[in-house]
Amino acid sequence: MTSVRLIARLDIKGPNLIKGVHLEGLRVMGDPQEHARRYYEQGADELIYMDIVASLYGRSKLTEIVRRAAHDVFVPMTVGGGIRNVDDVRDLLRAGADKVAINTAVVRRPELITEVARRFGSQCMVLSIEAKRQAPGRWEVYTDCGRERSGVDALEWARRGVDLGAGEILVTSIDREGTRSGFDIELTRAVATAVRVPVIASGGYGEPKHLLEVIQDGAADAVAFADALHYGRAAIGELREHAQRAGINVRMT
Amino acid sequence: MITIVDYNMGNSGSIRNMLKKLGFDSQITSDPRRVAAAGKLILPGVGAFDAGMENLERGGLIPVLNERVLAARIPVLGICLGMHLMSRSSAEGERQGLGWIDAEAVRFHPGGNALKVPHMGWNGVTAMRSETLVQDLPVDSRFYFVHSYFIRCRREADVLLTTSYGGVFHSAFQCDNVWGVQFHPEKSHKFGMRLLKNFAERC
Repeated sequence: MTSVRLIARLDIKGPNLIKGVHLEGLRVMGDPQEHARRYYEQGADELIYMDIVASLYGRSKLTEIVRRAAHDVFVPMTVGGGIRNVDDVRDLLRAGADKVAINTAVVRRPELITEVARRFGSQCMVLSIEAKRQAPGRWEVYTDCGRERSGVDALEWARRGVDLGAGEILVTSIDREGTRSGFDIELTRAVATAVRVPVIASGGYGEPKHLLEVIQDGAADAVAFADALHYGRAAIGELREHAQRAGINVRMT
Repeated sequence: MITIVDYNMGNSGSIRNMLKKLGFDSQITSDPRRVAAAGKLILPGVGAFDAGMENLERGGLIPVLNERVLAARIPVLGICLGMHLMSRSSAEGERQGLGWIDAEAVRFHPGGNALKVPHMGWNGVTAMRSETLVQDLPVDSRFYFVHSYFIRCRREADVLLTTSYGGVFHSAFQCDNVWGVQFHPEKSHKFGMRLLKNFAERC
């Protein structure tokens, strides 16, 4: 069987690695390349780069960051933020990305999922869902980095996205992002059981038990870590050991 | 110098980057004349089988590839779709493959066991042999896979590595000068580096 993937997520603004709380309240953390290299050396299974202001301004500096990373980082890289069309996807893949994660543009125009999947394959079309809890068992999709309500139900959107061609889903809980209070287990589990493509849980890691919960109870196929890594509160190697001790199949380095 | 064949099926830059990191020269080319002069080849690729064969044909690459591999017998490594194209056929398409190895590509069947397809992520390998491409590969090696179809070799002797996903499938083969791997060494950290280093030095 495949291992549960431990992913380093780098939120980017302009040329900088930043961290946010609830996808807002940004703080600059430094050069993304240094961090990327460190997480790669620590044995991260993948990297996710997310330009978290790009969709607001309709542009992105990610291509250069990705091109630079591709010389030193030899694990899959997913890139998102501000992608509007198939040409944007092509440029990012050429720069060295393996997959793209799209939220805002596909909520506005769901056919883009199919266009990307047809042209480059489902395996590189990651549907990024940023969701906020509305009621028990109900989450709403937000766009533009957690700023705009879409009126779309997260679970229905997940199913539809996969039908349209998404090969993987990145689920970010806006409620938990940057809070260190644990992943939204219910949300992750609801999405993971609604679709038959891999689901990446993102937002809320605070301590090792949160990792175990989101895999065992949340049924996540992959887990993303951001500020816990950036601040050195956790290292990929330790996370891996925690998971392995709990009997979870992870790639050992 | 390793020649990486560019036939418009995915990005080959990461293979070149990894070879560079390992200290080996490589070139990415779609020019049949350059391929005709190659001493060692990598056939990469991500995407659909028929589209891959069509692109090779349209690029005028099939005759030179056949000459290099079947007549000059230079070492060639197929990666993912590239591996599939080396076989006779694929359940994914109608076209004939290059037929360099007696094998075919078949689809994973999700069935009732909640197997997610594509098979995506890190998985282990079991070595059937231990020389050339897979020499000194650590026992706990893990590689990055993304695929919905897999290769079935008709000759047991050609199987180099196997991997378990739902059932056991052939994740690497070798037949004389032809090697193929299902996973992406260029995305498989130090394990992929070991393997590409082997291809550069030992194949």
